[in-house]
Amino acid sequence: MTPDRTIRQPGRWAVLAALVVLAVVMLFPFVIVTLNAFKSPAEYSSGGPLSLPHGLYLDGIVAFWNRVDFGLKLWNSLLISGVVAVAAVVLSVLNAYALGIGKVRGRLWILVLFLVANTLPQEALVYPLYYLSKEVGLYDSKLAVILIFTVIQAAFGTYLLSSVLGQFPRGILEAAEIDGASRSRMLWRIVVPISRPTLSVLLIFFFIWTWNEFFLPMVFLIANDNQTVPVALGVLQGEKMMDATMSSASALLGIIPAVAFFLIFQRTLTRGVTVGAIK
Amino acid sequence: MAPPGAGTARPRGRGGYWLYLVPSLVLFLAIIVVPFLMNVATSFTRWSGVGTPKWIGLDNYTKLFRDERFWASFQHNVALIVAMAVVPTIIGLMLAAALFDYIAKRFGGRTASALRAAFYLPQVLPVAVAGVVWGWMLHPSYGAVNQIFGLEVNWLGDPDIALATVMAIMVWFQLGYPVVIFMAGLQRVDPSLYEAAEIDGASWWRRFWHITIPQIRPEIFVVLLTCTIAALKVFGPIFVLTRGGPGSATMVPSYFSYLNFFQKVNVGYGSAIATVLALIIVVVTFLFLRVQERDQESES
Repeated sequence: MTPDRTIRQPGRWAVLAALVVLAVVMLFPFVIVTLNAFKSPAEYSSGGPLSLPHGLYLDGIVAFWNRVDFGLKLWNSLLISGVVAVAAVVLSVLNAYALGIGKVRGRLWILVLFLVANTLPQEALVYPLYYLSKEVGLYDSKLAVILIFTVIQAAFGTYLLSSVLGQFPRGILEAAEIDGASRSRMLWRIVVPISRPTLSVLLIFFFIWTWNEFFLPMVFLIANDNQTVPVALGVLQGEKMMDATMSSASALLGIIPAVAFFLIFQRTLTRGVTVGAIK
Repeated sequence: MAPPGAGTARPRGRGGYWLYLVPSLVLFLAIIVVPFLMNVATSFTRWSGVGTPKWIGLDNYTKLFRDERFWASFQHNVALIVAMAVVPTIIGLMLAAALFDYIAKRFGGRTASALRAAFYLPQVLPVAVAGVVWGWMLHPSYGAVNQIFGLEVNWLGDPDIALATVMAIMVWFQLGYPVVIFMAGLQRVDPSLYEAAEIDGASWWRRFWHITIPQIRPEIFVVLLTCTIAALKVFGPIFVLTRGGPGSATMVPSYFSYLNFFQKVNVGYGSAIATVLALIIVVVTFLFLRVQERDQESES
């Protein structure tokens, strides 16, 4: 560490203190929600939100879990986000192979089209999608949401991956071609393995972005059996039957998976967060 | 990208690569292009969602431009751009510079990373869950904030302060994103720039203005663009926290179109709102990219 001039000493601690205070403010809701999710309603009204819970009162969490069948909601979210992530990465790779390496004619326009699609508000698609999904019998099904988000995420993935594959070392591909490798062999045996780090960042981003979505899943997933975690929590918010500690428990159940993903994927995410910056 | 033909001279034609685009183009057509065009077409009709839409030309749009709620919803959008793009960018710049150029040097990289993680944590939440958290914290009767500070404020139910409350929540939610992006951007700045400035006796503020900001301009553009688009699209927090109310104190275009689609069954009118919103977002994106392009040209 650099030796500091002694005159600066008080100032240096003041800056740190200010930043720590701000960090505490940012984390405050997480702490409050966690504290109060483990209290009984009586404990909450007598001790207030800042008191430490006496022991672990789990009734609020259990009651909320059972009421919304939270295990099923987690599974729905996991299934939808997982399938979308894999399918969107596959589509992005296929597109980027044609655009970035194949350099097909008109690629610039195709890329602009994908980029515009990614910036379009979902409100401008929702009603026709709603209408069409009813026509083909896909309304209120996980498949409808999976299809829609696969395309939306792949639009972004194509845009990103095309520029990455545009820089792909030509020599390797030319050598493979001389050896008589077919195009699909070159894609799966050379391009995909070499771009694996980028693909894994995309996979994780697609998973988390899909997990976090609210608007379209809320419109398309009506049945309790189909809803995702954010939809179930968002729709129930502010319902009269919820008391203070049960509301807190519901917030905690929404926070836990999100923070868990953050901790699990932290390394990949900090490596790739500038990648996600384009979104 | 390499210029056309450079290093790509191959005996076989390029036609075969088109095949790889086919699955996406089919899905893309069915899920983006056709629905978007249907939405635009519906905006010229009166339609309840069942039966045949009735063609009414530009009536929805003339009605829209006279609708006070529509204009109010855009004013609220501007307020949310301030809360989600402008304020987080300004505070985020100062925080990133303080962490990178001060805390990391004097207290070590671990302290800086821990603080960065604390600022970023709200960003990992689904935005609807962030709404659930604050809906609970700010509940007028049992909410933690009123209980702790002994207040009786109806944060989200009082039309005079509801929008300000939503703005504050969005600052909390959004702040970590610019901090992380800007700190990542600062990694690629040549450390000798800072060292030279420090030897010359430049104050922290001068280094902030003359090194940090110019060096991470590309990141500032990206953050402003993405956050502005996110603010224009904002739906989840409004749905969860206020449903556009009280009255229409926190109405935004996305929620206004949703209301017309699914509750008032004014599908034509909802489509017109959504089309205008889409147009604004595309134009904003285009303008940002143009400004950024010019900025880069004048740099080089």
